Amino acid sequence: MIDLNDVTFAYPGSGEVLKKIRFHVSEGERVGLIGANGSGKTTLMRAILGLIAVQGEITVDGMPVDKSHLSEVRKTVGFVLQDSEQQMFMPTVLEDMVFGPVSYGQSRQEAEQRADEVLRSLQLEKLKYAHNHRLSGGEKKMAAIATILTMQPKCILMDEPTAALDPYYRRKLIQTLQTIPGTRIIASHDMDFILETCDRVLLLGEGRLVADADARTILTDEKLLLENRLEMPYGCQTP
Amino acid sequence: MNKAEQAWRELASIDELVTQESPLHRMHPAGKLFLAVLFLMLTVSFPKYDFTGLFFYILFPVVGYQVAGIPMRSCFRKLRMLLPFLCAVGIWNPLLDRTILMKIGSVELSGGVISMITLMGKGILCLLASFLLAATTSVGDICYVLRKIHCPKLLVTLFLLTYRYLTVFLREVAVMTESYHLRAPGQKGIHPRAWGSFLGQLLLRTIDRGQALYESMLLRGYDGEFPIAKAEQTGRGELSVVIIVAVLLLVSRVCPVTELLGSIFVG
Repeated sequence: MIDLNDVTFAYPGSGEVLKKIRFHVSEGERVGLIGANGSGKTTLMRAILGLIAVQGEITVDGMPVDKSHLSEVRKTVGFVLQDSEQQMFMPTVLEDMVFGPVSYGQSRQEAEQRADEVLRSLQLEKLKYAHNHRLSGGEKKMAAIATILTMQPKCILMDEPTAALDPYYRRKLIQTLQTIPGTRIIASHDMDFILETCDRVLLLGEGRLVADADARTILTDEKLLLENRLEMPYGCQTP
Repeated sequence: MNKAEQAWRELASIDELVTQESPLHRMHPAGKLFLAVLFLMLTVSFPKYDFTGLFFYILFPVVGYQVAGIPMRSCFRKLRMLLPFLCAVGIWNPLLDRTILMKIGSVELSGGVISMITLMGKGILCLLASFLLAATTSVGDICYVLRKIHCPKLLVTLFLLTYRYLTVFLREVAVMTESYHLRAPGQKGIHPRAWGSFLGQLLLRTIDRGQALYESMLLRGYDGEFPIAKAEQTGRGELSVVIIVAVLLLVSRVCPVTELLGSIFVG
């Protein structure tokens, strides 16, 4: 589904943020991306979506991430941004939800039908006609996730999805992620969330891929996590 | 709430008006844009002493606001900052043009006064019409129509992003001002010493946020084209309304309707 081959990237005037990253994510895999602040998690996601030009090779669903395939790549991969303020740009939740599908050629009616299904599955029907600027942080985050689910991408990238969520919405998101099929890569500092929603974990440290193994192996390796300025999930810590 | 936040909330409340339900909201954006542009062009085209001609034109926004279910005072309240500028447009005319052109009872009206009133009237009518369009048609729909009439993609995108940027800009100003005042209690406004860094930071932050919003649009398939949001096609009834209103506008511009009505009633 997603292949990265020796991906390297540096912002102008600074050192390398990604250093020869190489991994493969198969279809249907649920991958957690962890690492300390500044380890390159968000940059890596932006690279997969073709938002930054990198050295090395990235392919999504067999398509190279280049100018000629950008539209298809972005249709295949949905991205939930860290700051949902930046994700919502239409006046209401419904308008935001239908924007993507209609842009990709679906009729308004089909898009609205799909939006209804998604809102129902997330139990967010009451937000359908809500104005974006009136939503709370948690509602906005859930609405941002809904806008991506409406596009029915084969793969979803999520950047800190639990950052603004209260325990209720966090639990609801976990339940949703456990039910929806498809590939996903979730970048988060919420180790318990990663443990509950991912089977495999990629650990980034200073732009390098430090570890790649199943979630429990990495998330219970206290020494490895501490070396990379992380902690074990609370659920795995001994009192 | 600081002034920037207030301004941002007022801008956002125009977006709320757009999502109301009314026959005017449901109308195809092309028809609304056409009528609004025609109204603006014809209003501006009135000669400088023809303020009586404008009287009949007041009817169009009045009816428009009624049909849309939007109180006219909301326009004046939201755009109150512009009103002094509108009133200031012809303020020197009475001094420059003192020829007496009209007498109402014992009051003599000079050409300057009449042209000032006409200019103000035109300004207010244009403001009312523009606000009505903005309050019943989303920016996305306006951009859709602009693309349909082959406006360059770059210009339309620029228009859309400027509008979006305005919201982002106001929010950033609000957040930064709030954060400044929390650490500078009792100070009125921003101290001149901090202006440079404040403006610099503001520019960098809004560029960053603007870029992120644009990327978010790109990721959801935006390519400079605008999918129509609501009305998919124009009905025959709607087309007839547009034609009738356009004809009424043209006729009332060419014929002195107000004077004719006046002569009927007064004799």
